[in-house]
Order: sequence, then structure tokens, then C-alpha cells
Amino acid sequence: MHGWPLLSLVTFLPLVGAGFILMIRGEEEVVARNARYVALWTSLITFVLSLFVWFGFERGTADFQFVEKTEWIPAFGITYHMGVDGISMMFVLLSTILTPICVLASWEAITYRVKEYMIAFLALETLMVGMFCALDFVAFYMFFEGVLIPMFLIIGVWGGPRRVYSAFKFFLYTLLGSVLMLLAILAIYFHTGTTDIPTLLAGAGIPPEMQIWLWLAFFASFAVKVPMWPVHTWLPDAHVEAPTAGSVILAGVLLKMGGYGFLRFSLPMLPEASAFFAPLVFGLSIVAVIYTSLVALAQEDMKKLIAYSSVAHMGFVTAGVFTVTQQGLEGAIFQMLSHGIVSAALFLVVGVVYDRIHTRLIEKYGGLVHRMPNYALIFMVFMLASVGLPGTSGFVGEFLVIVGTFQANTWVALLIASGMVLGAAYMLYLYRRIIFGKLTKQHLMDILDLNWREKAIFAPMIVLVLWMGIYPVSFLDVMSASVESLITNYEQAMAGSEGASLALLWSGQ
Amino acid sequence: MEVVAVFLPLIGAILAGLFGQKLGDRGSQVVTCSLLLLSAALSVIVFVDVAVYGNARSTEFFTWIDSGSLELSWAIRMDTLSAIMLCVVTIVSAMVHVYSIGYMEHDTSIPRFFSYLSLFTFFMLMLATADNFLQMFFGWEGVGLASYLLIGFWYDRPSANSAAIKAFLVNRVGDIGFALGIAGIFFLFGSTTFDQVFAAAPDMADSSFTFIGIEGRALDIVGILLFIGAMGKSAQLGLHTWLPDAMEGPTPVSALIHAATMVTAGVFMLCRLSPILEYAPFALEVITVVGAATAFFAATVGMAQNDIKRVIAYSTCSQLGYMVFAVGVSAYSAAMFHLMTHAFFKALLFLGAGSVIHAMSDEQDMRKMGGIWRMIPLTYALMWIGSLALAGIPPFAGFFSKDIILEAAWASHTGHGAFAFWLGVAAAFMTAFYSWRLLFMTFHGKPRASEEVMHHVHESPRVMTVPLIVLATGAVLAGWLAYGAFVGDLRMPFWGESIHVLHDHDSIEAAHHVPLWVKLLPLVLAVAGIALAYVMYMARPDLPGVLARALRPLYLFIYNKWYFDEVYNAVFVRNAWLLGKGLWKSGDVAVIDGFGPDGISATTRNLAVRISRLQTGYVYHYAFVMLIGVVAFVTWYIFTQIG
Repeated sequence: MHGWPLLSLVTFLPLVGAGFILMIRGEEEVVARNARYVALWTSLITFVLSLFVWFGFERGTADFQFVEKTEWIPAFGITYHMGVDGISMMFVLLSTILTPICVLASWEAITYRVKEYMIAFLALETLMVGMFCALDFVAFYMFFEGVLIPMFLIIGVWGGPRRVYSAFKFFLYTLLGSVLMLLAILAIYFHTGTTDIPTLLAGAGIPPEMQIWLWLAFFASFAVKVPMWPVHTWLPDAHVEAPTAGSVILAGVLLKMGGYGFLRFSLPMLPEASAFFAPLVFGLSIVAVIYTSLVALAQEDMKKLIAYSSVAHMGFVTAGVFTVTQQGLEGAIFQMLSHGIVSAALFLVVGVVYDRIHTRLIEKYGGLVHRMPNYALIFMVFMLASVGLPGTSGFVGEFLVIVGTFQANTWVALLIASGMVLGAAYMLYLYRRIIFGKLTKQHLMDILDLNWREKAIFAPMIVLVLWMGIYPVSFLDVMSASVESLITNYEQAMAGSEGASLALLWSGQ
Repeated sequence: MEVVAVFLPLIGAILAGLFGQKLGDRGSQVVTCSLLLLSAALSVIVFVDVAVYGNARSTEFFTWIDSGSLELSWAIRMDTLSAIMLCVVTIVSAMVHVYSIGYMEHDTSIPRFFSYLSLFTFFMLMLATADNFLQMFFGWEGVGLASYLLIGFWYDRPSANSAAIKAFLVNRVGDIGFALGIAGIFFLFGSTTFDQVFAAAPDMADSSFTFIGIEGRALDIVGILLFIGAMGKSAQLGLHTWLPDAMEGPTPVSALIHAATMVTAGVFMLCRLSPILEYAPFALEVITVVGAATAFFAATVGMAQNDIKRVIAYSTCSQLGYMVFAVGVSAYSAAMFHLMTHAFFKALLFLGAGSVIHAMSDEQDMRKMGGIWRMIPLTYALMWIGSLALAGIPPFAGFFSKDIILEAAWASHTGHGAFAFWLGVAAAFMTAFYSWRLLFMTFHGKPRASEEVMHHVHESPRVMTVPLIVLATGAVLAGWLAYGAFVGDLRMPFWGESIHVLHDHDSIEAAHHVPLWVKLLPLVLAVAGIALAYVMYMARPDLPGVLARALRPLYLFIYNKWYFDEVYNAVFVRNAWLLGKGLWKSGDVAVIDGFGPDGISATTRNLAVRISRLQTGYVYHYAFVMLIGVVAFVTWYIFTQIG
């Protein structure tokens, strides 16, 4: 495949599919059916193409691969620059595998404006993939912000009863952060004269006093995306109101943009500020893990519960990233990938019963195992993965993060590890209330078990969860070289500044 | 061969679990039972090869995790320690499988039950044959999962569901310790593979380490963290509350998981860690004290319970205490010895109790039993054997293993050893008492069950009694057969490299030279306990009532299990709940949203409304505002320019 602009293909193919859908004319019924099939095939072909990235990716090197670079706005030295390394590559795959799953999950659930819906999803895929591939700040920012628009529409048009409120909350929260990030990007551009990410990664040379402000600006944007406590409150609302597939993408990919941002920008470009603010991040992560787990325990809405659990799981990610240890970083990345699959699957699991009964209130369910044994089994697998049982994907990331934080600070390790108990508490309690017990509620008496389409959706996800849990090496291998070089660069930068400059800053200089 | 033995149960579990509908009830039973019997047969062969001929080995499959210097593989380690576990687990499990064919006869989801049992066995074997900490943790959590599934097997019952969740969560509390302990091991040794860690342990003996602000000897800290994990799984005092509740599961489950195998995982883990613990004197002290306290505590509670399964459950808890304090006084081999004999006689007792419950139409309250020994003579005899073994009456198995533990505790000549010895001796007395209380209440006296129940009392079918007889054989013979190899003269070649004891910690050797009264005291007290039970429940049946009234506060205290559950509920469970609700409603909704997005949007709207009010549409309003503006500008201009 060498010579092919593979990343651009993967990025923009969905947009081509969206174009096709746009051109479909005719009766509403026919349009909807065609739109579904075009979207499915487009996203499947995109996925297959992205597999070439997986197989063609050379392990053991930290360089960017599949690089494409052409002039874009030469006057400002801005280029169209794409490429992936061990950190971003698997997020591309995560996006491309979740999109066909989302299209399938929306097959019957979306009944009006199907054409527009599918267009929004394909556009979303382009933007997500582009975001992870972009190696120029301008392109990155455009993709990063662009993601908001289709997501905003998906929540606002196809969402639940309070969709408008949620959509605006989502939009404003994330936009506020992004504006600050734009300022930071401009500041970096004016300081260094380039927007090329690899150049900046090799050594941005930003003075520590400036790093502080830039770091905070980036933090504002990424922390909202992750989301970190206390800027997480958009997430439960957005999830609750979003259609199932919207939640899947939101939890599966969009939350990862924050973690990816920390890994790609904050840590390597602003190392001193990162070290300086690490205690803050640890503190917020611990609060996220404990606080949101407790809140999840008290939830009455299934989706809200899983949304809060996402915040808690992402707390592991942020804590892991800022340990700047091999295990912590790899654990964080792994946790993001695992969470991308597991929480996406959990939202799909909720979607299955929501499609049948049209309520997300936990108390409306109970005893489903009697009518839906397959569903109970699949729910069990993902529940356990979410709890972090060894042998599932959830364990590897969680454990590596604990190992990483243990090296950084044992208090952090202890408090983060308490998430192991709290996480099990709310998930087991949820599972019990929905699946176990006697089947007494009248409206559940003739609920149907999974159909073939739903099984087809869950099958690849179960395979992934077990694969990542039993043979995680195939994923850890991909990232290890990039993570290693990230740590080396970080340590060099810290050694160069001797870490003293920031301390001086705060002592009144 | 051990690989086959380990994976056969998994195959059985998958077959029965996923294809149970096609196989049918009988098919699932045949598949899982035969695979497990085969696995047990292979295990015995492996055991002979490994323990008798000394062919310790390990088989590596493929890399599991590789992150920086953290590198480990899926592997199966076979030394004497794991060979013993392999044998005990597969044999007891095979017996329980067969027994369950009869016991679960009327259940509606037989394939699921057998699938869970086999799955449990697989995880337990993974735990026992792990060659690194993480794989052990895999098995550890896996058996926790299987236990959760089996306790909650009758998922229609709310009590079973609660008990299942409780078991999982309390175990997870311990697992925090385990996980942090593994992280600590990796931090100190740069490896999590047993061989590498154990080899480096002596060099690490003097290094110190600070954990959450507490500075101490590194191995002590790691040892205690790992012990917290063991406390959860082996139901030690403080983290024991899940075990009695776990009796909500079907009785074969109680026998297999909550008596013979899973709960002993903690003890096994501590024995496995002997090369580390030997250099962690403070951790050993903690282990001894906790173990002894558990042995004593659980025995007191066991004396006052009325549910037949709960009595045995507390008895298990108490016996686990013995094993744990044996580890604490460096008598690892004695701990493993007791683990092995206990597996036989406790599984026997549980399955015997199951046979009684089966006969009594699912009645578990001993107050509603009595007078049935003639009707189920075989079960009665087998329960006697189990009780004799438990109470440590020679020549039954428990006598050998319990006595060597007590002797080792005394012989260790340390403060905590003496503490453990005296509590252990007291517990031995109580053990005998509650065992015979159970026998007398269940089988003797006047029948207290209804006519109809009494009418149905029947001996269990052969498929249930044959496994009982096999286990009873173990309970009779395992003690003196294995004594020489486990703790006697042959112990050095038998254990090989699998257990490491420092020379001046060798309490087993010292235990062979204790004074006669130390050897006799437990036996005398056990006989006294039996006698007391006879007096109270046979000769003078009014005595227990009188005693309970006279010592009411004490009675209530032990009857209510020292109020552990009540305290935990009040402190943790309810508060977690309230906190969750409070943080959600006041933290997220009121504060963050109130001052954050909702507050800002409300303020914005408010402002907008006010500003829009200015736009009245009347020209004279605008003119007036303009006029004021002009005046203001002029005034400002004049002041700034002239002043």
C-alpha cells in the first residue's frame, strides 16, 4: 500500500459516502433504506482500509508513519500533514470500528431523518479520524472543533426529551475550553513560528513561565473533553439525551480526545508545566474516581450511571498520564482503548432494552434473565470488563495505571485503587436490579432476547474485550516505542531545566 | 499433563455453559463430571511425579503483559505446593460435581450450575499453578467471579443476590491490598515473576520504603498489603463478613468454594510467599495475630448459630484462622497440611449437611430438626467422621494437622506465637463443642420438624453418598498418611524448593520437641468440649436456654456475630449511599451546574431580559438616554481636559 495516501483515504472516505447519501432522492422509505446501506458499506470499507494501517504499522519505532505532507497555506508555513504513531494509531482503529457498529445499532432505532443522521455519522467519522491523524495544529484544531458540530446535531435532533438543553450544555462546555486552546495554539505559533506538530514535539523550547499559561489553556479544553471533575456535568446529560449510537461515539471516541490531547501536547510540549501541575491532575483524578463512583451508585437512570462510570474510568487515564512512567502511560492509553470498547458496549447494552421498553429507569426493569438469557450473558461480560476483572480488557489498563501511580505516589495509588471496589459496587448493583430477581413487571413479560443484528454488533466487541484482556501484548507492542520516546524526551526536557525555574516562579520571582 | 488437567474444567465449563441447551441436563452433567474426574486422575499422576519424584517444572504459553520492564507470561508452574492444590482442588471438585447430580436434581438450570462449578475449578487451578503474581491475581479474581455467580445462583432470591454482591465487594476490598502489593513488588524487585522475586528477596531484607507516609521495612509493607488480599479471600477477621452470607448458595457450592478450596486461596498465597514473608518479621506478627483472633472469634460465633450451614461456615472461618496463624509462625507446611485435611473433612461436613437438608425438605434451621439419626444412618455416620476430624480426635485427619499447628505456635517461642497458641487451644475447645452441638441438635432428641417433613425424611441417593464416602476416607486417612511427608521427617525432600523457611524460624522442627502437656492439651479440651455439648444438648436440654438467659448480653453479642455487619452497614454501606446521593444532588446539580453552566446561562438570560427591557420602542426614551449620554461625555471631556 506504499505510495497510497492511506490516512487521507481512511479520513475522507466517509465524507465521500456522506456525499452519496446526500444525493439519494426519492420516497422517504427508500431513501432511509439506501442511506442505511450506504452508510454501513462506507463505514465497513473504511474499517477494512484502516486495517491496512494496523497491519502496515511498523512496531518498535517511535516515528510517525504513513506520513503525508503537502503545502496548504504556504504564506504561514501551514501544511496538510498527516501521520500516526504508536499513540494515535489505535484510536484511528477505535473510531473506524465503532462507526459501523453505530450504524448497525441505529438501524431500527432511528426512524426519522435517517438520511441526515447517517450523513452526520459519516462526517463525524471523518472528523474523528482526521483529528487523530493530523500533524499540523491548524488541521488538528479544525478536526477537533469540527467533531462538535455533528455531535451537537445528533444529540439535538435525534435525542431524548431534554435534548436541546443537553446539546447546548455540551456545546458550550466544550467550546469554552476550545477557545482557550485556540489562543494557546496561536501563542505557540507566534513564539515558535510553526504549527507543525512533529517539529514542536522534537523540542518546542517554550519558556516555563509561558508554559504555565499554555498548559492551563490546553487543560481547559482537554479536561472538559475527558471529562475531569468538576467540568464533567455535561457528560451525564449529553449521554442521557443522546441516541444510543451517539452515546457510543461520545463515550467511545470523543472522551479519548482529551486524553489524547494530554499525551500529544501537554506532556511533550509543556513538560515543566506538566510536572508542575501533576499534583493538581492527581487530585482531580482521585476526586473523579471516588466522587463519581459514589454518585454512580445513587443513579436511577441506566445511561446516567454508565456516564458517571465513564468519568471514574477516565480518572484512571488522567492519573496514569501524569505519572510519566512507562506503565502509567501505557496503562492510560490501554484504559482509553478498553473504555472505548467497554463503555460503548455498555451503552449499546442499555440501548437494546431501551429500544424495546423505551425507558432508561432502572426500577422499570428486573428479572430480565428469565426472558433474555443471551442478553444477560453479554451484559455480564461487559459489566465484568468495566469492573476490571483480569482476563478482560478493563483489568490491564487499570492495573498498569495502579503500578504506574505506585511509583509516583503511593497515596494516589491507594486512592485510585479504591475505584476497584466502588466500580464493582455500582456495576454489580446495576446488573442485579436489571437482570436478576423475579420477572414480575407486566411490561417485561414478552420482551424478546437479542436478534441476529444485535448479536452481530456485540460479537466483535466481546472478541476485542477478551483479546485485549488475554493477549494485550499485541496492543502494548504498538505503543511501547512511542511511549518510551515520549518519556525520554520528557526527562531530557526536565533535566535541561533542572526543574527549578517553575519553583522560582511561584516563590515570587 | 498438568496443562491438560488445568484446562479440562474450562472446556467443560464452556461446553455446558454455551451449549447447555443442546446437551441437555444429563449431557451437561456427563460432560463436566467426566472431564473433572479425568482432570483429578491426571492431577494425582502429576502430584506423584512432582512431589514424590521431585520433578518441579513450569510450562510457559505466551506473553501476557509487556509494559516497559513489567513483563510476564501465562504459564503453569508445577512444584509441590501447586501439585498439592491441584490434587485437592480437582478431587474435591470432582466429588462435588458428582454429588451435585443428585443434589441439584430438581433444579431448572442444571447446565448453568455445572458450567459455573467447572469454571470455578478452572480459575482455582489457574490460581494454584500461577508462576507470577498477576496470573495468581487472575485466578484470584476469577474464583471471586465464580463465587459471585454461584452464591447468586438462585437469582430470584433477593437475599442470594445481596450475598453475592457482598462477597464480591468484600473480596475486592482485600484485592486493593493485593493489587497494591503487586505494584509494590514490582516497584521493589522490577519483576512480578515468582522465581525472580523470591531469588532477590534476601537482598531486599534490609531496604526500607515509605507507603502512604508510613516508613517501614519494604518487605513488611509489601507482605502486609498482600496479606490484606489474603484476608479478604480467606475470610479473616474484619473481612470475614461475606463468608456466612455466602451460604445462600447451593450447598455443594458451600462445600467446594466456601470450605474446601477458594477460601483457602489466601492461605495458599501466603505459603507461596514464604520466601518473602521469612524476611518480613513484622508482617508475620500481624498475620499470626489476625489469624489467631479469627480462629477464636469465629469459634465463639459458631457456638450460638442455629442454621446448620452457618455453624459450619463459622467453623470454616475459624479453621482458616488456624492455617493463617500457622503461616505467621513460619509453619507453612503445617498450614498446607491443615489446608489439605480440612478440605476433605469440611467438604464432607458440608455435603453431609446438604444431605440432611435434602432429607429435611430444604430445612436448614437446626431447631426444626432432631431425632432423625435412625432414618439417615449413613449420613449420620459420615457427619460423625467429619466432626471427629474437625475436632481433632485421633486418628482422624484433623488431629494431626491441627495439633502440629498448635505445637508449632507454642514452639516458635515468640509473644505472638504464644498468643496464637492460647487462642487456638480455646478455639479447639469451642470447635468440639459446636460440632457436637450440631450433631446432637440435628440428629438426636425429639423430632421438632412437622409430621409431613418427618414423613419425607430419606437417605440420599447413591450418587450423593458415594462422593461422601470418598471424602470420608480422606478425612480418616489423610492425616496419618501424609503426616510424614508434610511435616514429618520426609518434609525436606517433599517440599523441595517450594517453601522457604529460615533456619531459626523452623517452628516445625521445634514442634516435634514440645512438652507432653502441649501435645495433650488440645485433645483434652476437645473431649471436654464434646462432653459439655453432651451435657447441654442431650442430658439437660434445658441448660442452653437457662445459660442464654443468664448471660444474655454475652449471648446476644456472639449470636449477633459481634455486630460486625451492623457496624459495617452503619459506617460504610449507608454512608456510601448517602454520600453518593448527596454528592449528586448537591455537588453536581446544585453547586457545579448551579454556578457553572446553568448559573451562567441563567445570568445571561437575566441580563438579556433586563437589557431588552431598555428597548421600549418609545422615541422619547431613546432621546432621553442619548441626552444623558451626551451630557456624560461632555462632563467627562471638560473634567479631563481642563482638570
